[in-house]
Amino acid sequence: MAFALQDSTFKRFVEVGRVVLLKSGPDAGKIAVIAEIIDHKRAVVDGPTTSVPRQSYPYKHLTLTPLALTKLPRGSRSGAIKKQLEKEDTLTKWNNSEWAKKRAAVEKRRGLNDFARFSVMLEKKKRRDGVRKAVKASKA
Amino acid sequence: MARSKELVPGVGRFSRSQVAAKRGLWKGTKKSEKPAVEPTSETVEKTIGGDKNGGKRLVPTSKAPRFYSAEDVRQPKKSRKTAKPPQLRSSITPGTVLILLAGRFRGKRVVFLKQLESGLLLVSGPYKVNGVPLRRVNQAYVIATSTIVDLEGIKLSEELNDAYFAKSSSKGAKSAEEEFFEDGNPKEKEPFPASKAALQKEVDSTLITAIKKTENLGKYLKSSWGLSKGQYPHQMVF
Repeated sequence: MAFALQDSTFKRFVEVGRVVLLKSGPDAGKIAVIAEIIDHKRAVVDGPTTSVPRQSYPYKHLTLTPLALTKLPRGSRSGAIKKQLEKEDTLTKWNNSEWAKKRAAVEKRRGLNDFARFSVMLEKKKRRDGVRKAVKASKA
Repeated sequence: MARSKELVPGVGRFSRSQVAAKRGLWKGTKKSEKPAVEPTSETVEKTIGGDKNGGKRLVPTSKAPRFYSAEDVRQPKKSRKTAKPPQLRSSITPGTVLILLAGRFRGKRVVFLKQLESGLLLVSGPYKVNGVPLRRVNQAYVIATSTIVDLEGIKLSEELNDAYFAKSSSKGAKSAEEEFFEDGNPKEKEPFPASKAALQKEVDSTLITAIKKTENLGKYLKSSWGLSKGQYPHQMVF
């Protein structure tokens, strides 16, 4: 861990147990845990509950999340990681975070079909109408 | 079936006699009887119109050519390519909502009914919803959406084929004088045949009951499609 933790501007560290979001590659968009640090550019990453095979991953293609498994010893294998993930229920914590919800919303929006986009437009019009009516009523 | 594998261009693994042995030519070749061809007669009797022409005449079936060229002309090879009607895209099934991209009804969302023998798609607005009648449309100018209207129980009459939509031949060109004297009046339009209108209503009634089952589907079909800023078709799901 970095020194002067109390007044450090850095809050998320690359450490064993840090939950990371994979940014590119076939597992892009998935959550994994840092199991071991290889060198200044790579770490061993493993996501047994999110189907990410244990592999080395460059930091360049990772994003650190505020979640971490604190009780993980260095070099834990998939089984131990899985146990700890289930114990701390990390995946649910991630899915309930605003970050994950925003990602899910963006993905949903991108995958809408033409009819769905039309329905969204109708709903937005309804909402806009309601808001404007409420504003007018409050001004009166 | 290459019975003699090509080792080098022009050189096969097996010799001529070895290949013949492989083919079983020692068994003897089968001789199939060609079906007896009816000899076509040299002349045909044809009736000629007009009073003083003798009524009937013996006309030769094949005439000698009018012109023999001095040099041997190279005959172009006969093409073996056959034009087949285009295959229907897998995303288009009966009931699919299609977006028309070109033509009089561009931007309209219509319901696909079936593919005709020519390969064109038979489509209906329905007419009451967006003004698109029973019409033929080319698959290439259409976006297939993933929205499907349930067409269970619809019976498309056998009449609906390419011949039904064929344009009636125009009555012969008018001379410039006649047109000049028309004073630019609009050409008389023939009223839309009642049978076609009835067929349209019949098809549309089943469509409209199916459309009413989904919320907003009627409004959707009524509206036009268009791209706005930041929308790129290759990045959109339809």
